[in-house]
Amino acid sequence: MIKSKSRKRLIVPYMERTRHYYRALGYTNDYVWAHHDDVPFARPGKPLASMRLGLVTTASPPGLTNQDARGVRHVWSGDVDPPPADLFTDNLAWDKESTHTKDRGSYLPVEVAAELAAEGRFAGLARRFHGVPTEYSQRKTLEEDAPEVLARLREDGADGAILCAL
Amino acid sequence: MSLVARHLEAAGLPTVIIGSARDVVEHCGVPRFVFTDFPLGNPCGHPWRRDMQCTVVAQALDLLEKATGPRTTETAPFAWKDDPGWRERYGRVEPAERERLLATGRARRERQAKAAELRKE
Repeated sequence: MIKSKSRKRLIVPYMERTRHYYRALGYTNDYVWAHHDDVPFARPGKPLASMRLGLVTTASPPGLTNQDARGVRHVWSGDVDPPPADLFTDNLAWDKESTHTKDRGSYLPVEVAAELAAEGRFAGLARRFHGVPTEYSQRKTLEEDAPEVLARLREDGADGAILCAL
Repeated sequence: MSLVARHLEAAGLPTVIIGSARDVVEHCGVPRFVFTDFPLGNPCGHPWRRDMQCTVVAQALDLLEKATGPRTTETAPFAWKDDPGWRERYGRVEPAERERLLATGRARRERQAKAAELRKE
């Protein structure tokens, strides 16, 4: 049951599009998207105004420096102050015909988040943002990348996280 | 990203996702989700629109604070630009492109097979 405060519009069926696209590429086994009946839910342990928040992105560092010699991409981190000028997004499946990613704030909103923190909306951004690879392998995300993101957020003293998916 | 949110949340860290692939995120099942009805690539607002990006992030903060249970989705109060064709564009397969796509797929599988061999070494 989806609870939504807004009128549901006609949404783009990305899973179906992706299935058709990969079949057209000649793949015979459809990707099985992650699906769960149960959803974990953590209530904030303190008021938002007292919370330090981490930002998480699916973008990669310039030069894909999080990719090792075997081509495996790893969780990576960058400072929010100063924020990065640009990140690498060409390897992600965003809509390259309809838009662009030249404005990093449109997918990793460091500056506006910092402004909202300065206004007192929340306590502040964690020192680093974190990048998580988008992987075909859900096992890698679950067993390696997600625990690594959690560990880094805890190192940074984050009380919560805003995850921005391209 | 949805799987990461679930992992963080299970460990006690509250999260909110901002994204534009609503079907994917809701199929997975996440605690809190601000849906921006835009082409994939600019989940936090139109490029160069800091005012819009600020509103979207503020909405995410509200949701982080006020959601009372999982699978809570809110839609940002913005539409994409004056480009009515964007919803049909992503990932479409044109009949005239079939041979080219098959060739692209073959090349991709060869690259993947080589990469897999490298990982075994």
